Amino acid sequence: MYDFALLFSFAFPPMSLTRAQIESIAHLARLELEPAEIPVYQDSLSRIIDLVGQLDRADTAAVAPMAHPLPGLTQRLRPDEVTEEDRHECYQASAPQVAAGLYLVPKVIE
Amino acid sequence: MIHRNSLTQLAAGLRAGKFSSVELVREYLARIEASQPSLNAFISITGAEALAAAAAADREIAAGRGGPLAGVPIGHKDLFCTAGVRTTCGSRMLGNFVSPYDATVVAKLKAAGAITLGKLNMDEFAMGSSNETSYYGPVRNPWNTDLVPGGSSGGSAAAVAARLVPAATATDTGGSIRQPAALCGITGIKPTYGRVSRFGMIAFASSLDQGGVLATSAQDAALVLREMAGFDPKDSTSVDVPVPDYGAALDAPLAGVKVGLIREFIDEGLDRENERRIREALVVLERLGATLREVSLPNLPLSVPAYYVVAPAECSSNLARYDGVRFGHRCKDPRDLQDLYRRSRGEGFGAEVKRRIMTGTYVLSAGYYDAYYLKAQRVRQLIAADFKRVFGEVDVLVGPTSPTAAFPIGAKTDDPITMYLNDIYTIGANLAGLPAMSVPCGFVGGLPVGLQIVGPHFAEGRILNVAHRYQLETDWHLKAPERFA
Amino acid sequence: MTDQESTWETVIGLEIHAQLATRSKIFSGAATAYGAPPNAQASLIDLGFPGVLPVLNGEAVRMAVRFGLAIGARIARHSVFARKNYFYPDLPKGYQISQYELPIVAQGALDIVLDDGSTKRVGITRAHLEEDAGKSLHEGLGGLTGVDLNRAGTPLIEIVSEPDLRSAKEAVTYMKKVHTLVRYLEICDGNMQEGSFRCDANVSVRRKGSEKLGTRAEIKNINSFRFVEKAIQYEVARQIELIESGGKVVQETRLYDPDKGETRSMRTKEEANDYRYFPDPDLLPLAVGEELIEEVRRSLPELPDEKAARFSSQYGLSPYDAGVLSASRELADYYEEVVRAVPREPKLAANWVMGELAAALNTENLDVGSGKMPAPRLAGLLTRIADQTISGKLAKEVFEAMWAEGQSADAVIESKGLKQITDIGAIERAIEEVMAKSPGQLAEYRAGKDKLFGFFVGQVMKATQGKANPAQLNELLKKKLPG
Repeated sequence: MYDFALLFSFAFPPMSLTRAQIESIAHLARLELEPAEIPVYQDSLSRIIDLVGQLDRADTAAVAPMAHPLPGLTQRLRPDEVTEEDRHECYQASAPQVAAGLYLVPKVIE
Repeated sequence: MIHRNSLTQLAAGLRAGKFSSVELVREYLARIEASQPSLNAFISITGAEALAAAAAADREIAAGRGGPLAGVPIGHKDLFCTAGVRTTCGSRMLGNFVSPYDATVVAKLKAAGAITLGKLNMDEFAMGSSNETSYYGPVRNPWNTDLVPGGSSGGSAAAVAARLVPAATATDTGGSIRQPAALCGITGIKPTYGRVSRFGMIAFASSLDQGGVLATSAQDAALVLREMAGFDPKDSTSVDVPVPDYGAALDAPLAGVKVGLIREFIDEGLDRENERRIREALVVLERLGATLREVSLPNLPLSVPAYYVVAPAECSSNLARYDGVRFGHRCKDPRDLQDLYRRSRGEGFGAEVKRRIMTGTYVLSAGYYDAYYLKAQRVRQLIAADFKRVFGEVDVLVGPTSPTAAFPIGAKTDDPITMYLNDIYTIGANLAGLPAMSVPCGFVGGLPVGLQIVGPHFAEGRILNVAHRYQLETDWHLKAPERFA
Repeated sequence: MTDQESTWETVIGLEIHAQLATRSKIFSGAATAYGAPPNAQASLIDLGFPGVLPVLNGEAVRMAVRFGLAIGARIARHSVFARKNYFYPDLPKGYQISQYELPIVAQGALDIVLDDGSTKRVGITRAHLEEDAGKSLHEGLGGLTGVDLNRAGTPLIEIVSEPDLRSAKEAVTYMKKVHTLVRYLEICDGNMQEGSFRCDANVSVRRKGSEKLGTRAEIKNINSFRFVEKAIQYEVARQIELIESGGKVVQETRLYDPDKGETRSMRTKEEANDYRYFPDPDLLPLAVGEELIEEVRRSLPELPDEKAARFSSQYGLSPYDAGVLSASRELADYYEEVVRAVPREPKLAANWVMGELAAALNTENLDVGSGKMPAPRLAGLLTRIADQTISGKLAKEVFEAMWAEGQSADAVIESKGLKQITDIGAIERAIEEVMAKSPGQLAEYRAGKDKLFGFFVGQVMKATQGKANPAQLNELLKKKLPG
């Protein structure tokens, strides 16, 4: 009879990214995903990676990566001067949780 | 009908005492309030502060002082940090973030005398081409409120098109100034990378982001850009090149200007009617004395894939600071540190932002960095080289800004790729760091079409000149949506 | 050599993080001074607020170049800042700005002197610039952790050695050498208690003769020389025992617990973090030109090895003494200031600086720079020893009084009447008095009991309150005692 699995795979080609990869990426990026969301992201990310795969068409063997759009510029150096003052009260005005000037987070065990 | 004045006219009128800044601000604030339910262009409206600043501006003007934009109302895209005012980036993540400092662009425009009326809606963290990803609701196109205004600077474009402000600041990473300008029938300019300071301009993709302006004419844009641009020691990527008087060079005749039509842009993706408007515009340019030829940038079709590696990669890192620790959204009752991170970020960011963060995380990760990130940066080099080569033959490049006119809200939200392809003509200029504009050049089905003009590095004056001469010859830029005219 | 030592070889590489002594942070204008109240020195840039951007401190660059030149390394004409991405509360941006593929300093070396006196060249693979993270406090916050970002953004130079070290002792010697060097160069204050100088040790073992490197464990953040030695010793023993009992060394990060004297695995440090390094787009490539390099080269001080060699040849000191005296610039400068005042007595000066002075400073936990015993004052004492105003023995007493009262040597000698008696007549009279008072001992001495010579020395010294010049006393006794 028909090999439904085979037919199915023609209709829905395997995605470039696996579910496990999505979970691993989400963890690296510290993003909580609902279980129902994972296949959705798996689908869209796979499509994006497929789109990006077009880059293979280009012959870039003789080309250097471009980190900055304006070539030839180099980093400016700043003089070693203290120009900032204590403004922690202002900066902490809308911090989520602060005590005695410290930012508070759940306990980190080292 | 104060709002029918151009920004140039408003600035002159204020100096001449024809009206006061307080009058202007009142008028615009009323228009803004009235428009909010239908357009939703603004996230925050700073009415009280604006009136106070306007009163102060009137005093300055009366005393014969005041900068070039004294008393002129303006809106800021909500990713420019404004001291003491909520700056949300269109995101829940920064819903409660009141910036303790002004972005350099904000400070400069303030110093020039401009009056901030409010913060403009945008795609979340500048990621989008339709202003549908904002946590604060989509922005609607003033020409037809069932349609998108474009993005990510949708709020800025809608506000200018609806004459709610004479000009608005905006940013462009892959087309986010030019594409909304085209869809809303207004003029927008993205300057050369490094021309405008990025300090205080909340980062999406650092090597692509540039601040610019949306206005109703090249002349107006020139006036504002001059005040925005300039070297900033607080931005290491800011370029120390003097800012010319863009206004002074606007009127130069176009005789002998060599214009190149980008062959690769006239592709199957471009709506045929849109193409006709573009070609009609080119005829006008020829009439003005420009010589036209076709040029080829063979690597340009790879700009979308290259962009969708580089931009997500940079954004995945730029957005790591949003972790619920020092500012911004924090989840309730975090169980432990990892839970704090995961849920704060999971709740704070929308789907498109999460998509791009994950894409970026993936393309930078071990084993994929060379194949994706380095490869994309090499392709970027090829694209930049293409531009450099053709700028040896022509003075400016032209083509369409957007493949289609404005599309219905919700039409392209299912497949991200469809949405990404909206930027197909604009992305190249970001990758190469080139200055680029969009000017209105006609209508298709009653909806605006934009003509894109791209120049070599630091040729803002040149492209503004081409745009201005075109606008002296045509009146597309004077058309406003009926409801807001 | 123990059984273990003959079978096993230890391979150690050190990664040293030294805080650069700039006034402001590497990418922001906030102050770097230690001890400020929490977050008082954390600017918007250090806090990683939305929209902020880094701008590079030129002095940090100069300090890195200074270090590179001092270790004979190659200074990269172009180096690149890269982002190291990971999530941790003391890392506000969610990434650390560091240098990855193209560091500012590459391939240098430092020579160390081993216990057996031989010299060993330790390769330094690279040194690069990066920003420090903040600090987390875990106590007294009701079960929460408090984050202080004052330290975030302080410039660091990370110095990575080749895995050339073969014992805990060598590792400590190397670490001390780097410590001395960075203080000499005035690029780091070397204060390990305050965290300005920290060390991670990569430790592995392999069977002697094996070419392959064993799996290494990284021991993090050790902040004293003693702990480094102990931690490595413990770790080496642990690894050997593990392998010998059939186990495998796991590549992991471990912490040294000084109370228990052992290393333990860091529980919560993630499985090999994928840092996703990429060049920081907010910073442009760092260009270091010939001019800057020459400017820094010209400003280099005499380096420790050069100084030690010069001390040996110029002052006739042993390599050991020369090494001790050149261990810090302060000490070396102090010593030379003393010698300039008593130029004929470099060895005397060396003995006193390394001996009495060092001991006294130690008991009060001071260093030469404290001003408790300024060089001219010590020199004054040595001058009086050299010109025989006082005897060497009495000098100790004089020193103690000088130390306690802050007086000059002359003032003490005067007030205590300690001038050495060199007047031959006076000594002779004292000898005659003693001889008259001790007829019995005199008879025994004359009868052949030579040992009693010392008795007479003692008695004359007592009679003269220790002020008789010993050399003269000896000579005169020899003349007079036999009769």
